[in-house]
Amino acid sequence: MPEGSTGRVVVRCAILDALGLPSLVLLASMTGFGSLARESSLSLELALLSTAGVWGLPGQLAFAELYAAGSEAVAVVMAVSLANARFLPMAVSFMPLLQVGLVRRAWLMALVQLLSVNTWAAGLRVSPLLSGRERRRYFAVFGGVCMTAALIGTATGYLAAGAMPRPVTFGLVFLNPVFFALIFADMRGHATAIALAMGAVLGPLLHLVSPDWGVLATGLIAGTGAFWLARVLPARRQRP
Amino acid sequence: MESSAWPLLLSAIAATYVWRALGVLLSARIDPQGDLFQWVTCVSYAMLAGLIARMTVMPLGVLAETPLVDRLVAMAIAFAVYFGWRRKVLPGVAAGVAALILFAMVRENGLLGG
Repeated sequence: MPEGSTGRVVVRCAILDALGLPSLVLLASMTGFGSLARESSLSLELALLSTAGVWGLPGQLAFAELYAAGSEAVAVVMAVSLANARFLPMAVSFMPLLQVGLVRRAWLMALVQLLSVNTWAAGLRVSPLLSGRERRRYFAVFGGVCMTAALIGTATGYLAAGAMPRPVTFGLVFLNPVFFALIFADMRGHATAIALAMGAVLGPLLHLVSPDWGVLATGLIAGTGAFWLARVLPARRQRP
Repeated sequence: MESSAWPLLLSAIAATYVWRALGVLLSARIDPQGDLFQWVTCVSYAMLAGLIARMTVMPLGVLAETPLVDRLVAMAIAFAVYFGWRRKVLPGVAAGVAALILFAMVRENGLLGG
């Protein structure tokens, strides 16, 4: 996109950018979520609302899984929220870019609902080229296309899980853990790697101890442990 | 179950939106690279990794109908394709999913027993 683009050019670029890999990944991953939602005995309406409302696959996954497990309401809400806690640092780093030239903050409070890994990355990429007003235009259109793709994927997965032969439904639901396992394999960073490894070991164990609180406890214990280890380990290594 | 799902989901959506809203409201006053955020990131990644591992090793729903060995081998195939194909996520996911479907179909037809 040329620097200083406005109006229709920005809209067209936003649509074309979003229709590439972001929509494809969302379509695929949300198809998996739609199937999982159905197999977790959620209605289609709830599955769609969860995509548009939570708008972050980790939280959606936590919701479907803990709902299916019949976990306590407080545990479900806390786990869903914590799964998408990265929205806070993402919003902190990105939303000021959208605020430039904006008088009413209410618009930001609406636009921030569109924030996801995809829209955040795309927004950060194009922001240096655009004025505040055009950034908001790009972000709204890009986010709108992404959300449409996600909703289509959710509905497709939901309906497919009921219509397809059983083995295909297995595959569609299996898409969820496989997708995240590979996303995790791509992650860099000392603390993150330790957190993922410790979480993967503790998760199944603590589920056996308490199906209600196992997920949250895994996050708190393994996450805190990893945070601490990541700061202690390099410090030790430096000593003679 | 369905009647309790609506308020539960709406609460979960509100609790997720809190992070977004705080991000807008606090943006000038906090450092996204700070210790607190790093800890929160660790907690949420550990939680998710735990959930994913549990879904693979001891799934609750429909996946419980598949044998553990099928899920583990399918997951290994997904990783193999991912690392063998310049770390591309989608081909890896497709391979893992296809493998599990194939295993289930073969088992249905009695070729592998089980």
